[in-house]
Amino acid sequence: MGEITMAQALNRAIDEAMAEDSGVFCLGEDVGAKQGGGVFKVTAGLTEKYGEHRIRATPISETAIVGAAVGAALAGQRPIAEIMLMNFVGVCMDQIVNHAAKLRFMSGGQTNVPLVIRTTTGVGVGFGGQHSDMLEAWFAHVAGLHVVTPSNAADAQGLMRASIDCNDPVIFIENILCYGLKSQDPGPGYRVPLGKAAVAREGSDISVITYGRTVLDALAVASELANEGISVEVIDLRSIAPYDEETVLASVRKTGRALTLHEAVRPFGTGAEIAANIQEKCWDSLKGPVRRIGGTFSPVPFASVLEQAWIPNKQQIVDQIKASMGRG
Amino acid sequence: MADIDRDTLLDIYTRTMKVNRTDEKFRSLLMQGKVAVMYYCVRGQELVSAAAMTALRDEDYVVCTYRGQGEQTAKGIPAEKWWAECLGKVTGTCKGKGGTMHITHPEKGIMVTTGVVGSGLPIANGLAMASQNTGDGKVTMVSFGDGAANIGAFHEALNMAQLYKLPVVFLCQNNRYGEHTAFADHTQSESIYGRAAGYGMKGVRVDGNDVFAMYHAAKDAVDRARAGEGPTLIEAMCYRMMGHFFGADFSYMPKEHLAEMQREDPLPKLRAVMLEHQFTEVELDAIVAGIDAEIDEAVAKALAADPPGPEELQIDVFEKVPA
Ligand SMILES: Cc1ncc(C[n+]2csc(CCOP(=O)(O)OP(=O)(O)O)c2C)c(N)n1
Repeated sequence: MGEITMAQALNRAIDEAMAEDSGVFCLGEDVGAKQGGGVFKVTAGLTEKYGEHRIRATPISETAIVGAAVGAALAGQRPIAEIMLMNFVGVCMDQIVNHAAKLRFMSGGQTNVPLVIRTTTGVGVGFGGQHSDMLEAWFAHVAGLHVVTPSNAADAQGLMRASIDCNDPVIFIENILCYGLKSQDPGPGYRVPLGKAAVAREGSDISVITYGRTVLDALAVASELANEGISVEVIDLRSIAPYDEETVLASVRKTGRALTLHEAVRPFGTGAEIAANIQEKCWDSLKGPVRRIGGTFSPVPFASVLEQAWIPNKQQIVDQIKASMGRG
Repeated sequence: MADIDRDTLLDIYTRTMKVNRTDEKFRSLLMQGKVAVMYYCVRGQELVSAAAMTALRDEDYVVCTYRGQGEQTAKGIPAEKWWAECLGKVTGTCKGKGGTMHITHPEKGIMVTTGVVGSGLPIANGLAMASQNTGDGKVTMVSFGDGAANIGAFHEALNMAQLYKLPVVFLCQNNRYGEHTAFADHTQSESIYGRAAGYGMKGVRVDGNDVFAMYHAAKDAVDRARAGEGPTLIEAMCYRMMGHFFGADFSYMPKEHLAEMQREDPLPKLRAVMLEHQFTEVELDAIVAGIDAEIDEAVAKALAADPPGPEELQIDVFEKVPA
């Protein structure tokens, strides 16, 4: 089998799910054929196959989009709602946090919301402050939501299928810079279970726990440091919430060192939660404090020099790993 | 205004009294200190909910608000389950995890009760969208207050509903107040229904204290929705005869206006209509007595029932319960 890009992989996962289950439908701004099949083409070609009722191009109404998805999900459908860019979730937080996340619980399990909210973001494209944030921690902090982000095309396909299958709401974050990434084509029907991390690279000296685009940086650094005799294990969480605690803790117990890494700003980030959990549960195996890398605590800047300075870079990862090893 | 056949009239009467007797009972329990929970009174709005729910079929969907007792009991949630939920008992509709502001009972089509003003409208669209997608023939009705019409979600939802011609009915119960703020102090347009025109939608204003007007407005809107003719915005004029929630201060409501509105009380009016239609005092009283007996029994059972166990904290967060 050949290769597939992340955008193609997502398109295929949605296409397959729509073909198999007439209850699966998409809604969002510009997603239809008339509008060109989505800003990043993830829904391209689907209107032609499934019609305008199943690929609903909506007005610019984030609350109405997610609200409609919640309602349709309550009625037993499996909507895939697209929020064009992650920062716009601010417009529809009520529907996500107060409704999608809580209706199963508040109804005592009588209703549930099998909904996928796809959204895209990423630092490094020059979009500036209102179009670049990774806001996964907002959602990871709310009970009842799954938060998922792939770092490669094959996972994107598998995680999307699993998210559509899931009977609970899923926030599915796609990094703009990853759409063009290619993976070995995993073939049709591929699924990656939610809540299961991948050991993206095995190592014995330190565990780097990360997800999304920064997995690529971690892997690059791991190859580099291998030449210097440092063996880095890279854990790609894939599911940020609930996350695969077992895999993370097992890795840290093996390596004795941990570094959390994400693109979102460092303070109050998901890395802080994971680090705290590791300190609590792996204290006896730790050879030093758990370290954290995140984006700079400022809005994402526009000028590319600043933007590059904002985002965690490979040198920081190298430095933190070496410091952790006492080789700084 | 066209008449209503006797069976339907009796149906509306029974549902109205169910709403009213439930409201009276709740207030009396609170007053006696037998229960201590949030309760949003519906005194003065009983007929609006009852007539609207009568216009729906059993399987149709409803989305309502914290002030949803009327829709919930009139649509048919069994008294026993309803009371147990309001008192936080494991025998309630939602195992005591929803409470008065979050009652759900899909068996009777009550899909969401939300405590967030205006947020039910987009969700109602989604339920209606599912019906449109599957062709199941259901209509969704969403109830909300006049205050909610100033929330962004209202506008987004109306535009989207009309765009897709969704089988949804927007029922605004204009009870003249949004918490402590009077209608004129929160809304500069003269009406809510008039806003429908801004979305190319049909809007109607109706006297919610008049059984004929109220039922026909609801029935017409439901029929249109079911026939694929799209949504309707109904503004049902009524009056909240109590404070925002039970026990809340309502000194801001002018006494003269309250007195004037009490003369418009839908209940004596409805009773007069019933008598005009040859229902007898005895018959009507018997209906109320039956409802009271049912409520008394439901309350007694709810008071005696157990609260949910602590394990419920982990259940229903996600489909899978953590090991
Ligand atoms: C989004 C939001 N803002 C504020 C509140 C607090 N609040 C609860 S009820 C209410 C008044 C709503 O008035 P209206 O929509 O007319 O409904 P009514 O209570 O009269 O039925 C307010 C402001 C809320 N629940 N949700």
